[in-house]
Amino acid sequence: MKDLFAVIMLSGIYGLLSASFFVSMDAVDVAFTEASVGAGISTLLMLVAITMTGRTENPSRHKPLLALAVVIVTGSLLIYGTLDMPYFGSAQAPIHQHVAPRYINDSMQEVGVPNIVTSVLASYRAFDTFGEVVVIFTAGMGVLALLSAVRRPRDVAEIDSFNKSMYEEHLILRIVAKMLIPFILLFALYVQFHGDYGPGGGFQAGVIFAAAIILYAMLFGMNTARRVINQSFIQLFAAIGVLLYGSVGVISLLNGKNFLDYSILSADPIAGQHLGILLIELGVGFTVASVMVIIFFNFAGRRNNQQNKENNDSC
Amino acid sequence: MLAHLPILQVIVPLMAAPLCLFLTRSRLVWLFTLIASGLAFLISSLLLQQVMVSGTIIYELGGWDAPWGIEYRIDQLNAFLLLIISAVSTIVLLAAHTSIKQEIPADRHTLFYILYLLSLAGMLGIVATGDAFNVFVFLEISSLSAYALIALGKDRRALWASYQYLIMGTIGATFILIGIGMMYQMTGTLNMDDLSKRLPEVAHTRTVFTAFAFVIVGVCLKLALFPLHLWLPNAYAYAPSIVTAFFAATATKVAVYLLIRFTFSVFGLSFSFTALPLQMLFVVLGLLGIFAASIAAIYQKNVKHLFAYSSVAQIGYMIVGFSVSTTTGLMATLLHLFNHALMKSALFLALAAVVYRIGSVQLSQFHGLGRQMPFTMAAIVIGGLSLIGVPLTVGFVSKWYLALATLENGWWPVTALILLGSLLAIVYVWRIVEVAYFKPPIAGRESIKEAPLSFLIPIWTLVIANIYFGIDTRLSVQVAQAASQSLFGVSP
Repeated sequence: MKDLFAVIMLSGIYGLLSASFFVSMDAVDVAFTEASVGAGISTLLMLVAITMTGRTENPSRHKPLLALAVVIVTGSLLIYGTLDMPYFGSAQAPIHQHVAPRYINDSMQEVGVPNIVTSVLASYRAFDTFGEVVVIFTAGMGVLALLSAVRRPRDVAEIDSFNKSMYEEHLILRIVAKMLIPFILLFALYVQFHGDYGPGGGFQAGVIFAAAIILYAMLFGMNTARRVINQSFIQLFAAIGVLLYGSVGVISLLNGKNFLDYSILSADPIAGQHLGILLIELGVGFTVASVMVIIFFNFAGRRNNQQNKENNDSC
Repeated sequence: MLAHLPILQVIVPLMAAPLCLFLTRSRLVWLFTLIASGLAFLISSLLLQQVMVSGTIIYELGGWDAPWGIEYRIDQLNAFLLLIISAVSTIVLLAAHTSIKQEIPADRHTLFYILYLLSLAGMLGIVATGDAFNVFVFLEISSLSAYALIALGKDRRALWASYQYLIMGTIGATFILIGIGMMYQMTGTLNMDDLSKRLPEVAHTRTVFTAFAFVIVGVCLKLALFPLHLWLPNAYAYAPSIVTAFFAATATKVAVYLLIRFTFSVFGLSFSFTALPLQMLFVVLGLLGIFAASIAAIYQKNVKHLFAYSSVAQIGYMIVGFSVSTTTGLMATLLHLFNHALMKSALFLALAAVVYRIGSVQLSQFHGLGRQMPFTMAAIVIGGLSLIGVPLTVGFVSKWYLALATLENGWWPVTALILLGSLLAIVYVWRIVEVAYFKPPIAGRESIKEAPLSFLIPIWTLVIANIYFGIDTRLSVQVAQAASQSLFGVSP
């Protein structure tokens, strides 16, 4: 497959298919994440990337036969090696015998959140989730460090005019999007705060929220979007998300409990757990949404600069 | 607050990173980063002291007890590694402000420090945790920030080097994740201590073998074991000089730590060294690494490349010590971890000073530097002597214990090969000495001055540490011995 556009679409389809696969395995939360991240935002970001690199792959002369052989050998070893693993869904499998029973039986009394996945992610193993948020923050900072283009004020006017000609054609899309965006934002907030009860939470909500902003930026031009969302402002938001999560932990430290022990946040330990999960999910949502927007803006900003340069050259 | 030291160790640099965004001036951010790293150093020395006195410290995150929640478990081995990482990071940071002023555009300084802190926090997190999945999460933090830091290098080739590292590193991390997933599948737990208790029951299954193989291959990619080292030389050569000094002393050490932790603590000694022909494989790969990389180092024209290849060779020594799988062998590996961190950070910092003054580390540009930058070049010479393993330097101590370990096991051909490998180190160090001291300065370069004090102080701190720990080996040997004995005690 030489056409990168098709490759990206296929990977999006792959994401969606694996999401439905996860649904059929009753892993709704994972499916939701996969659908919003794998099929949604990462496809989008890759599309932005190919607008910079061009649509077709450069023909390469060497045939990666050796790599293929390594992959085949590793893959077949993996299959051979796991032939004797426990059957899927078997109640006797160790994963259902050791740690999981406490999550299933006691999490309602200990954490008080109906969605067990949320109570594991946000309370029992909250530190892993904190780490994941920091991973996303790191990714955002890495993109900024490598791609942030120095924008000269002279270019801005040019981009503006360029944008106008490009985006005026999509009148229908723009009107439909304008109607949809409020609902997308609302849905993001619903996912954010409903994570306690059903599948959802900060990661998915952040991605959906960012998708709404990105949709706006795509249809109305980067500069209109930039007027709404300031670059340095959104960086601070990404930092605030991590800090919010971390400071919940620090508060428990200062009160003499262990890091991220929410029960101290309120007189009633269960209410404390609720409050803690709410706060950290909010932190996750902040960071994820802002990092996605940062990545998109920097990719797209680079593209505009590149096209400007080409325009200037052809003149 | 003393009870919370284990978590503070990681949280201080981790929380400091986003805070940097609120500070604007480059100097201010640098000071802040330095303070955060210094605090981490202080905490790690307190932790080491606590562990040596009162044994393993367990810290339950979120107040949930172990297999359900995540725990931090600090024993002698972790505490030792934490000390190495945070100490090197702090000393290297002293020179960072001067060095990156020249190598990185001013608007990216804040981001540089943020990524540096994240990388530090990631490595500390990998080492401190007692949970296998938590290892992966922090591995991602440290590697992602590492890729970005390396790509910040001035040379455009840094991007390609970073990309190569990204691909190899991601494969490594994925392998580790697959391994951890299979371990979870067979035991139902992610806690390392719990894993070590539950794995023997299922040790005969193929899935556990596969899990073991995947974890080991993944870790070996990360630690640049020959022949999986191809990403390392370019990544080290084209990264900003400060980053090279930091990573050369810490990044591969963390991977070696993971190797030791997984083989000795999680899978247990009896499984690790009987299940697969691991011992033989590691001895051969370690020795091959020593020779291939040392010979490659001799032919390099770029001094950063030269020392990067030498790093691959030094990893070979660590692996040989590891594969002896006796207390002395492991002790030699741990000593070499510590000592190699001292040597390489000193050497690469000295190279950072050279870059600062002459803007290049090509060997052909070193002509006459011995007279023009006497202190910097003297540091390179002492670091080089330490690399060779001359008595009175730290390099001698680790080679001595390594030789002892192999002889104890009756592997005298290995001992001979190790000593032969040291001879190769003489050759590549001599090439630098020859050019720097016995060639006249290049025309038009007469005005090159000694590096500024902000370089010389950290460089010579490290050089003096190289000599001090070469003479007074009490601290390093005592800790390494305690750590290796406890590892063998847990899983006889």
